Amino acid sequence: MTLADKDRIFTNLYGYQRWNLPAARLRGDWDNTKALLERGRDAIIQEVKDSGLRGRGGAGFPTGLKWSFMPKEARDGRPSFLVINADESEPGSCKDREIIRHDPHKLIEGALVAGFAMGARAAYIYIRGEYIREAETLFAAVQEAYDAGLIGRNACRSGYDFDVFVHRGAGAYICGEETAMIESLEGKKGQPRLKPPFPAGAGLYGCPTTVNNVESIAVAPTILRRGAAWFSSFGRDNNKGTKLFQISGHVNTPCVVEEAMGIPFSELIDKHCGGIRGGRDNLLAVIPGGSSVPLVPADQIWDAPMDFDGLRALESGLGTAAVIVMDKSTDIVRAIARLSYFYKHESCGQCTPCREGTGWMWRVMERLRTGDAALEEIDMLQAVTKQVEGHTICALGDAAAWPIQGLIRHFRPEIERRIADNQREAAE
Amino acid sequence: MPKLKVDGIELEVPAGATVLQACELAGKEIPRFCYHERLSIAGNCRMCLVEVKPGPPKPQASCALPAAEGQEIRTDSAMVKAAREGVMEFLLINHPLDCPICDQGGECDLQDQSVAYGRGASRYREAKRAVTQKTMGPLIKTVMTRCIHCTRCVRFSEEVAGVDEIGALYRGEAMQIATYLEAAATHELSANVIDLCPVGALTSRPYAFEARPWELTKTLGIDVSDAIGANIRLDSRGREVLRILPRVNDDVNEEWLADRARYLVDGLTRRRLDRPWLRVDGTLQPATWAEALAALGGTNPGASLGVIAGDLVDAETLFAAKALAQALGSTLLEGRQTGLAYDTTNLAAVAFNSTLAGIETADAILIYGSHVRDEAPLLNPRLRKAVKRGAKVYLIGPWWDPTYPALHLGDDAGVIHALPDAVVSVFAQAARPAIIIGGGALAKGGLAAGLGFAAKFNLVRDGWNGFNVLHFAAARMAGLMLGYAQAGGIADIVAAAPRVVISLGADEVDWTRFAGSLIVHIGHHGDKAAHQADVILPAAAFSEKDGTYVNTEGRVQYAEKAVFAPGDAREDWTILRALADAWGVSIGFDSFAELRAAMIAAVPALGVEGLVDYGPLPAAPVGARAGGVIGYAVKDRYLTNAISRASPTLQRCSAELIHGQAPAEAAE
Repeated sequence: MTLADKDRIFTNLYGYQRWNLPAARLRGDWDNTKALLERGRDAIIQEVKDSGLRGRGGAGFPTGLKWSFMPKEARDGRPSFLVINADESEPGSCKDREIIRHDPHKLIEGALVAGFAMGARAAYIYIRGEYIREAETLFAAVQEAYDAGLIGRNACRSGYDFDVFVHRGAGAYICGEETAMIESLEGKKGQPRLKPPFPAGAGLYGCPTTVNNVESIAVAPTILRRGAAWFSSFGRDNNKGTKLFQISGHVNTPCVVEEAMGIPFSELIDKHCGGIRGGRDNLLAVIPGGSSVPLVPADQIWDAPMDFDGLRALESGLGTAAVIVMDKSTDIVRAIARLSYFYKHESCGQCTPCREGTGWMWRVMERLRTGDAALEEIDMLQAVTKQVEGHTICALGDAAAWPIQGLIRHFRPEIERRIADNQREAAE
Repeated sequence: MPKLKVDGIELEVPAGATVLQACELAGKEIPRFCYHERLSIAGNCRMCLVEVKPGPPKPQASCALPAAEGQEIRTDSAMVKAAREGVMEFLLINHPLDCPICDQGGECDLQDQSVAYGRGASRYREAKRAVTQKTMGPLIKTVMTRCIHCTRCVRFSEEVAGVDEIGALYRGEAMQIATYLEAAATHELSANVIDLCPVGALTSRPYAFEARPWELTKTLGIDVSDAIGANIRLDSRGREVLRILPRVNDDVNEEWLADRARYLVDGLTRRRLDRPWLRVDGTLQPATWAEALAALGGTNPGASLGVIAGDLVDAETLFAAKALAQALGSTLLEGRQTGLAYDTTNLAAVAFNSTLAGIETADAILIYGSHVRDEAPLLNPRLRKAVKRGAKVYLIGPWWDPTYPALHLGDDAGVIHALPDAVVSVFAQAARPAIIIGGGALAKGGLAAGLGFAAKFNLVRDGWNGFNVLHFAAARMAGLMLGYAQAGGIADIVAAAPRVVISLGADEVDWTRFAGSLIVHIGHHGDKAAHQADVILPAAAFSEKDGTYVNTEGRVQYAEKAVFAPGDAREDWTILRALADAWGVSIGFDSFAELRAAMIAAVPALGVEGLVDYGPLPAAPVGARAGGVIGYAVKDRYLTNAISRASPTLQRCSAELIHGQAPAEAAE
């Protein structure tokens, strides 16, 4: 049930063709976009709802539903905005980068279509600061679109005015959180806001705002062209469509590949990645959705369907579908300790549990790595992760807690062995 | 009016209330660090977590969650207890726990709440974070290792003070609260962050290691550093007042206090007049009370007595001096030391009629010859609030930075007669227009012009009085109520050339104009008047006597005596009583209670706490015109009276924050 080439949305994912406008037009982008817009706002939103598209940024919130939260009419003269989250900083994730550098017009066209559907006056594409070449491409692509009259005043001769602004981040992971991104766009310190109010009520500059992932936006025009039925023909119920999977780590050929949702892990690995390095038996564990989801050990992941619900059943998550594969050469405790360091480094410092807890968790993880700890500290660490999880303003606290919880859940014997070894060595 | 349940108690809360407020209405205590009633909601300390149904299956920050119909809130569940313990533990893991050497000890939110909601022991075995000291100027001492990042100080300086002086640097564990490039906090309300800080990160630098809160006797007082009459608490130990803190009074100072009022305390023990002095052969010689009074007894002035009141005196002192003058047959009373001579026949025309709280609701405000930040620092946050609600502010007089958008119309007091059309239409259309007339305008004929403005724009209307005079002296309104005003101001007294002039702490007077008079100075500090005086009778400062004060709104407030005056100094009224004996007249009271009763009999309004009703505004004088470039009276906002000039802390503030001197104490 591998995805056929004809069903791929991102036909230039690997950059075999040029990214620019003429090449994009040959791939079908900007093909009579005016007609898409003429269907009307409600029809577009309904089509996206029907397609079953769930947000591709990690949380998996239904995209059409999110768009429908935007006010139908501008209240007290305030404009609405679309903010596109291209601050792809999650360790393991690299799909937005491929879209932006090889197929930026899919994103810009999607911005227009989605922006029109939600009544937005402009789209802000917040691109990760480290994506320098990608930002250059995106700036050039936006300029091309302006020059061709595709966006700006009377975009695509539809009578709709729509601007696209590209804003470069400054390298903070937390700015990928939607309200922190809005703060950062406003020129403030990137710290998440309290919700409510939600961005659809008061977001960028206090105006109704929707924040969407790059992939969610980029697939929208194709869904509209080929129909919701086509998109929802892939995947399982509640987990429809195609998805960019990013497989990194100990596979023979790491890659980014578009596949149907729900593809079994084994098929994803064998078909696209040349198998696990050293064969299936050498697989230790997989982090299936980017650094913030709990890892899944080899025996559980092998036949699991790669979609939101399939991975939730394994007490993990699809996240951004950044599959990090670890074989048996991996020091699994060290790997998770490194992730803890990442979250400690990237915590914004605003709220207490995350600010203080990420550092604590990292320090304990570093000791567990070498076994320089007492057995009780495993349970204490677990308790600390529970004290952080669900007590913070944004989800970074959860993201910092989950990898450790996954480690303790599945590799407790390994941690205990290290502590025992360390104590024995100390005794000798 | 949503109905909800808190721990099973059903209640109705006002619309727009938060869950935290709902819990408080239900009588439940919600621990908190970042939440503060007068600041925006940050929701970052996570201490106020409660369980709310319906909602996600995790605890919610009650400070930021709107109360809604049908909510079931639990503040006593296991989940809430665990959440509080968890947050408390996190707050403490990187807190130094140096309570024994911390000035906040005993009045520390972190201490109190860790006892009430914490776990009792820490499981944290790693090294604690340490943060380098920060410089925040001469008033704020920082020990940033203790900081729990509640950002109250940041929000205060942004929202109330209106300056971006304090902010957060870096992120995560490394986040630090600091002023940018460690510049001093220069705002005139900056020391309020000391009160706001829930831990010992920001403490009072001059007060460092002075006392523990439980050693202090707390006395309720009224601030005399300006005419706002901020409500204060004097904390004293033994015979010394050690610190001054604001009290909550929503009508007056909310819960803020100007820096220069807070640090008057350091001036109370320095440069004090603690014994009588007599000028003998041109130099002042120490004397005893008996010698001083005997010397004065030989110079009975009769009706040729002038009394000039200073800015800091209470109504009782003013009344006692007036009674003395009356007994001698004199009416030469004046309190406007610098020569102002505006018309005082109708006190409604010289009061802040909108009230300090009311001015927040004005929608168009003309500031006419007043440097509000210097003359009434506590008024400026009120004006900021008005602007936040959409008020437009215009300013006549030399430009100063109001911290909110304001349009400068010109420096000349005459500008009020020729306002631009755009301004005229704003005031004509405003629902609650207001004018604030300061001393700068009063000196240029601004009162009559202001009354003309009030008439033109109908400033007094149903439920609204937009006519305001902003005084600077704490004693001004009481003085005017007691008749301390000559038609021509102090010039009338100079012209009368009285044989004896009594100075009631009148340090701002040009005493060279009284060269022919015997100057009797009843004051508490060896300041300007003392140098010119022929007889010095040492008196009590505001902290050393009971007293009645009337602020610029006409609000009568009572202050209590915190400590005794030093040395041989006496309370002012006893000195005036003794003078009456020395001059052989009777002034009708032998005790403070009798004095106060006599005063209330003479001016009944002084016997009622609260706003005095001065009646309707007078008609605008016809053809009166203001003119001349406005100048502001306050040249140095920290050194405005005899006490502040004696305060080493305020001297440092003046030197460092106004005159740019290098900081005396750099960060360690």
